[in-house]
Amino acid sequence: MSELTGKIKSINGPVIIGDNMTGFKMREMVVVGPKKLIGEVISIDGDTGIVQVYEETEGLKKGDEVVSTGKPLSLKLGPGMLGNMFDGIQRPLKKIRADHGDFIPEGIGLISLDEDAVWEYKLLVKPGDKLTGGQIFAQVQETQLIVHKLMVPVDISGKVIWTNEMNKGTINDTIIKIEDKDGNIHDIKMYQEWPVRNPRPVEKRLEISKLLVTGQRILDVFFPIAKGGTTAIPGGFGTGKTMLQHQLAKWSDADIIIYVGCGERGNEMTEVLEDFPKLVDPKTNRPIMERTVLIANTSNMPVAAREASIYTGITMAEYFRDMGYDVAVMADSTSRWAEALREISGRLEEMPAEEGYPAYLPTRLAQFYERAGYVRTLSGEDASVTLIGAVSPAGGDFSEPVTENTKRFVNVFLGLDRELAYSRHYPAINWMESYSGYTHMIKDFYEKELDVDISNLREKMLGILFEENKLQEIVLLVGEDVLPDDQRLILEIAKVLKIGFLQQNAFHKDDAFVPLKKQYEMLKTMELLYDRGLSAVKKGIPISRVRNGETYEEVIKLKYTIPNDDISKIKEVNKMINDFYDKLESEYSK
Amino acid sequence: MKRKYLKLDKVEGSIIELSNTHSIGYSEIAEIEDQFGNKMVGRVIKIDGDSVVVQVFGSTMGIATDNTKVTFKGKPFEIPLSKEILGRTFDGIGRPMDGGGDIYSEKTYNVNGRPINPVSREYPRNYIQTGISSIDGLATLIRGQKLPIFSGAGLPHNQLAAQIVRQAKIKSESGSDNFSIIFAAIGVKHDEAFYFQETFRKAGVLDRVVMYINYADDPIMERIITPRCALTAAEYLAYEENQHVLVIMTDITSYGEALREVSSLREEVPSRRGYPGYLYSDLAELYERAGMIKGKNGSVTLIPILTMPNDDITHPIPDLTGYITEGQLVLSRDLYLKGIYPPINVLPSLSRLMKDGIGEGFTREDHPEVANQLFSAYSKVQDIRALAQIIGEDDLSERDQKYLKFGDEFEKRFVSQSFTENRDMMETLDIAWDLLKLLPREELDRLDQKLIEKYMK
Repeated sequence: MSELTGKIKSINGPVIIGDNMTGFKMREMVVVGPKKLIGEVISIDGDTGIVQVYEETEGLKKGDEVVSTGKPLSLKLGPGMLGNMFDGIQRPLKKIRADHGDFIPEGIGLISLDEDAVWEYKLLVKPGDKLTGGQIFAQVQETQLIVHKLMVPVDISGKVIWTNEMNKGTINDTIIKIEDKDGNIHDIKMYQEWPVRNPRPVEKRLEISKLLVTGQRILDVFFPIAKGGTTAIPGGFGTGKTMLQHQLAKWSDADIIIYVGCGERGNEMTEVLEDFPKLVDPKTNRPIMERTVLIANTSNMPVAAREASIYTGITMAEYFRDMGYDVAVMADSTSRWAEALREISGRLEEMPAEEGYPAYLPTRLAQFYERAGYVRTLSGEDASVTLIGAVSPAGGDFSEPVTENTKRFVNVFLGLDRELAYSRHYPAINWMESYSGYTHMIKDFYEKELDVDISNLREKMLGILFEENKLQEIVLLVGEDVLPDDQRLILEIAKVLKIGFLQQNAFHKDDAFVPLKKQYEMLKTMELLYDRGLSAVKKGIPISRVRNGETYEEVIKLKYTIPNDDISKIKEVNKMINDFYDKLESEYSK
Repeated sequence: MKRKYLKLDKVEGSIIELSNTHSIGYSEIAEIEDQFGNKMVGRVIKIDGDSVVVQVFGSTMGIATDNTKVTFKGKPFEIPLSKEILGRTFDGIGRPMDGGGDIYSEKTYNVNGRPINPVSREYPRNYIQTGISSIDGLATLIRGQKLPIFSGAGLPHNQLAAQIVRQAKIKSESGSDNFSIIFAAIGVKHDEAFYFQETFRKAGVLDRVVMYINYADDPIMERIITPRCALTAAEYLAYEENQHVLVIMTDITSYGEALREVSSLREEVPSRRGYPGYLYSDLAELYERAGMIKGKNGSVTLIPILTMPNDDITHPIPDLTGYITEGQLVLSRDLYLKGIYPPINVLPSLSRLMKDGIGEGFTREDHPEVANQLFSAYSKVQDIRALAQIIGEDDLSERDQKYLKFGDEFEKRFVSQSFTENRDMMETLDIAWDLLKLLPREELDRLDQKLIEKYMK
């Protein structure tokens, strides 16, 4: 197709307006100016078109060229993504550093996957086989942890007429040839391209039924995140959003993690780059970096690419999902993405809705979160994309537009609380405000894993925490001493729950990740402590005796004293509790 | 020969518009000469067809549409830099103002800088001892960190910054001449700037300081350039001259206000409280220039100071700053009124990089848990104080009374120290243990038994 060329008419930050742009397509990628900056057409009006530019526009002049590329902003999807860090439009930051030094210049051009790397592949089809779009024809051991499955592009189907028996090659080599029913021959390579703003197709959506095991007690037990589900983590600055996202990226049992650092700190991405290669997946003994892809648009990188980075992340996630993997996307933070939308909208002089955000903010949020799901892929496997988005509300106020609208489209809401963070209660998830809509959907999962239905236990313990919250209001007015003993017991047990269960130490070897079974047993022990305490109180034993310092301390320290690989010792603690109360009760019954 | 434009279309505030221009680059620098031959600098902030909008760094007083000459320089805003800048004082847009003559250097640097590639960054881990207990103990400053001071009008943030400059051990082990200080004054009062100058002189570091000063009565537009000049100089010293650079910037609130003024002149759609929607990105362009780069010996540590209007931490400037910087030190008016210096409210204060720069091998093994315990105990003190106000101190339980005592002593002995007192890290931690003794043992739920046995004497 012939190349179209427009001319710049006006420039305002990352937004430029071009003349002579008839024939340019909406959302088409363009190359701007002598430095060949990358941009995207975001509106067309007669002969003029508006382009958002993904790089610094300093030095652009009126009359500079805007050249069409004929295709929308797309990713090259193929081997070479895992373990790497890309910018918002899939340009590899390691290569940029090697070519351009420590600071990122503009005009890098369009580069993405390493085209020189040689991959060994194993063919799974032979000439004569019939293939349809999305089916797997070969596989590459991309990292020791992950097998990269090569799929037929979704719009191609037909008969395999040739296979490349070299068994290794670069992403540009043709691996198989397919003849479709019209007799056209398609060269299928190791990579395929996909426009970031379009969801990749699936066979069908399935019902959500599995827990994303995170090893974080407050999540797995109280506010579970489901595979294929959506989660929002709002919190003011300093409440630990990023810490929590890092914890989830490190420990959750997804096969692949896509971590999108969207408008956040450069050092946080560096931290991931330093930490993840050192952290070892317990099941495979390989660094978790081998299952991770990083997308970084730090807060000082161009704002238009921030808008794109979220879509780059989710598109990669869908691609890995189509191979049959459970993928989790951490987007930190979606507020920066929304602000990028606002900034561009402002430069376009659009009529603003709430707080200057464009009126289409809710639509865009919905489109984003709806790309999560538990699905049957075109190749017939069950797989999922789980979305976990951090939200950074202005002033820590959850009633602002991004938090409010996000809340409408997600099923798990984990509100982070400044007061908890101030007292260094981490993760600072506020149990009064948070909720998970998946508890009933994944009920069976717990039964299968633990042989019990935990919903009763969950409700009982949450009930204690809610009750304590009410009582605290009274305590603030009249002090603790005037409460009846059964209510004081609630306060004491809530304290045990808060310190011993809800607080989790990300830096402790046994506490950073806790197996589901141990989480359950810990909570059972705390229930036992409550039940025995309550029956003692009912027998008229004073709270000062019921609350035994030593026993309580032992329960609070369970998280450190019970090793993750041998939780049998918890029975001794249970016995200790029973013995203590048996003795106490017999003492008083005399 | 550069084209001279003699006719303006519009002058509004510090913005001028002219049309029929040719081949002008976005963000290019313009020189504006008024009828008396005074020269000012401006920058292209919008190109629309043949007309361009120029933001003037200076006063547009006396400018008419037909008495002014405008020349475009064909390049972005650049400043010359060499090692000669050490010990010098510049104005808000990088022109020498100490009578020491121009800086001659073959190399000029674009003040906007370029983002550091996250792959190139080195994660900061070495702590800087400031000699101030509340910082060292509870919000440890790390080399290469950006840690702002959130203050209010009339609070002693300048003294605190001065004390940090005086006491901070930013010198590296290898030698003492590889540190420097950059001071960027953005819309400060003359006496404040003078105070800092005096501080540097008394500390005997004047020849290692570079100052960029925009006074409160200087043109507001210059404020947008001042921090950029300072950070460009800092990056130069850190990454080309291998210096550990401490950048003090005050007052970011003035910077934000200048940005808002330009935005409203440009009739942009405002977001919160009239600040432009790009305030976050713009602040990030400044703050993110702090850091360390792999393979380079230097570092840029940034301490921006901002006064929270009405002491409101949710105001857009402190709020967005907190989202970008790696923690914050929050000054409290309550503590100040109690006569406590430095009045650092430790609860909202935080150093995000602290977790990787303290503990065994860095400060002392007990540091993380002691800090954690102090936070948890002091936050309980707040609840108990609220309760005491209602039911009276006498009716509090014994445990609560101990907490109250702990709270008071903590403020008096740990937070409070004199302007000249320089405590080392061990001293700070020992005071902390001493204070924790005031609490019942079973309340020390964040401390390991072994540590208690070892350190609680």
